[in-house]
Amino acid sequence: MTENKQELDLKDEIHNAERLIGKVMQIGVFLAAGVMLIGVLMFLVSGHSGYSGTYHPYQFQTILAGLAGLKPYAIIMTGLFLLILTPVLRVVVSIYAFYVARDRLYVWITTIVLIILLIAMVIGMYGI
Amino acid sequence: MLETALLLLLVGVFAGTAGSLLGIGGGMIVIPIITVGMGLPIKYAIGASVIAVIATSSGATIAYLRDELLNLRVAMFLEIATTVGAITGAVLVGLIHAVWLEALFGCFLLYSCYNMIKKLWGKKKLDTDQDVVPDHLSQRLRLGGSYYDKLTMKQVDYQVTNVPGGFAMMYGAGLASGLLGIGSGVFKVIAMDTIMKMPLKPSSATSNLMMGVTAAASATVYFFEGAIRPEIAAPIALGILIGAAIGTRIMQRIQPRILRIIFVPILFYMGIQMLIKGIGGTF
Repeated sequence: MTENKQELDLKDEIHNAERLIGKVMQIGVFLAAGVMLIGVLMFLVSGHSGYSGTYHPYQFQTILAGLAGLKPYAIIMTGLFLLILTPVLRVVVSIYAFYVARDRLYVWITTIVLIILLIAMVIGMYGI
Repeated sequence: MLETALLLLLVGVFAGTAGSLLGIGGGMIVIPIITVGMGLPIKYAIGASVIAVIATSSGATIAYLRDELLNLRVAMFLEIATTVGAITGAVLVGLIHAVWLEALFGCFLLYSCYNMIKKLWGKKKLDTDQDVVPDHLSQRLRLGGSYYDKLTMKQVDYQVTNVPGGFAMMYGAGLASGLLGIGSGVFKVIAMDTIMKMPLKPSSATSNLMMGVTAAASATVYFFEGAIRPEIAAPIALGILIGAAIGTRIMQRIQPRILRIIFVPILFYMGIQMLIKGIGGTF
């Protein structure tokens, strides 16, 4: 009987963790979409990207500098980067979910995926 | 400017709906429309597409997670293969000429088309009537799962098999994803549904999550290379999020067969267009 109850508790915890993943994902997606929308609307209303010619910022420093100056393209790029981060966030929260489920094997497997993603980012920024 | 943004938004809504219904990324639809329809360079199309794939995936995952169709263990284990594949592809893309990318993309679309037709003509398979014996790896990794099918109103328990084959196929799917900026949903569903014998609905839902994680790997590379243009990618991404919300609401009430019948002619037309553009560019 007690074993059964423990199993039920664990199921409950897993269920809660899954709901948490859903919530976190939702917040991430809405945040990214909101920032993109603001940027797009600013770009369409003002008719200016905030930069000369067809240039758009794509490095951390230039995007941050553009954000400080409220330049539409910099705001859109921030939204796009937030969107790219949502699947990464998904992996991070999944590690937590597997931890809650006491599933050590999958905590490791999911951590490997996260490490591969971080390596991909480093390659993206600095090349091979 | 306003018209272009609105047009891209609509492209996104369409791609998002179709993408979430079929468990594919929006890329298959977004890339042909941007390159053939709007005449923009394929480099920017790939950049926008990879964003579209992430939007499709993240938008749909929220809905799927609530419906518990998703198999998180299968997703995470196979992600090891797809992310490594995506990095390989994203590094290779710099070495290949745009014309070849277009032709390759056309071939990919035609192949997807052939694959769907084959499934339509094959024996009518319902998700519930399979009896799969799990292989050794599947048992060790506890990859089997269960989901509730709203159409038949039954809880379905399932097993998966042939894990090494599926894993290898997933590396290829990741490679294609990094190279062409697509979600490779078709290859991922093949790996799970055809090779590993997982039922189609959890396969599609799981593929959706995996596409996002795979695309995040190659998207970072494209982002910091400047291949993701804000005025193209953002309206499409916003449209996709709207479309994905629509698609996941319809999905539960439709048989996969109907989805394929609707989609085959669209794929075929786009594939031919891309192939002509790619080959035409070499002469």
